[in-house]
Amino acid sequence: MTAPAEFLLLLLSTALVNNVVLVKFLGLCPVMGVSRSMDAALGMGLATTFVITLAAGASWMLEHWLLLPLDLGYLRILTFILVIAATVQFTEMVIRRLSPGLYQSLGIYLPLITTNCAVLGVALLNVQQGFGLLKSLLYGFGSALGFTLVMLVFAGLRERIALARVPEAFAGAPVAFIAISLLSLAFMGFAGLIA
Amino acid sequence: MLAAVISLSLLGAGLGLALGFASRQFAVEGNPLMDELVAMMPGSNCGQCGFPGCTGAAAAIAEGTAPPTCCPPGGKALAAALADRLGIAIDLSALEDRGPQLAVVAEEVCIGCCRCIKVCPTDAIVGAAKQIHNVLREACTGCGSCVERCPTEALVMRPVPATLQHWVWPKPAAA
Repeated sequence: MTAPAEFLLLLLSTALVNNVVLVKFLGLCPVMGVSRSMDAALGMGLATTFVITLAAGASWMLEHWLLLPLDLGYLRILTFILVIAATVQFTEMVIRRLSPGLYQSLGIYLPLITTNCAVLGVALLNVQQGFGLLKSLLYGFGSALGFTLVMLVFAGLRERIALARVPEAFAGAPVAFIAISLLSLAFMGFAGLIA
Repeated sequence: MLAAVISLSLLGAGLGLALGFASRQFAVEGNPLMDELVAMMPGSNCGQCGFPGCTGAAAAIAEGTAPPTCCPPGGKALAAALADRLGIAIDLSALEDRGPQLAVVAEEVCIGCCRCIKVCPTDAIVGAAKQIHNVLREACTGCGSCVERCPTEALVMRPVPATLQHWVWPKPAAA
């Protein structure tokens, strides 16, 4: 297989088939928390995309230039979290400067990207699968794309649900959980897409 | 071991430096007027104005959506100072000013329920369950939150009593 086709396949398989949120069940907190409106969901998705991609690249460099040569594998989670936290802090500053409105609507969920397990999960999975730098970046970017996609789709669903007459016992969070489980079932349908 | 310590320290220092530079680069200039107003507010976040804390009230006043008279604990003095700073004229006569006030516990009515202790924004009320509470004069800002909370109406607002430590010579009446 040629290199571009392989990269495209990797991107597609991480975004759809092995979707971080609906198949691996990572990073559910922001998906439930910030999916009330499409705008906030898109902002959160883009911020997380930025962080995941950057963290995937940075964690690859850390792993191969620092942890492996010095035989410090036991510090992996610590150093990865450190880099992720710094990246999130940086992203927060940039968003606060560029888009105060988005900063307001993301609220507490913006600094909480640090503890979004999708970010650390992608970085650790990269190490586990032994990807190169380019592939790590692609894997991170693909996962983040999948995350953003789910955020957007789910926010759209919730915007429609908010207008529907839901039985009182199901109103609010319960119906949202049912909706996301159905969405997860739908994403299982991608399982046979790539052989 | 040494390699781990050194590499983590370097990593932390490097990221800290980078973030420090970034925070300078992307510093957000707040509204200077608002910052000034925040400094003038009582700062006890008692919530009687209906805004989330003194910062929220200062933001609303700076934007002009709330009148400078919206702060009950601040009283006439604060309203006048705020209006002076904003350069607007306000009608102070509508503002009832009872002078600086303190919350006082009526000991014969207090049942020691501790509810006032929880609402006090400045932790000025001391006491324990089933013990008569008391108000620390130095800490009370006179916001009145406890008065609304008290189930037995044991808390009342009284003008600050003149003691030897507090008494000042009254200002001469302007001719």
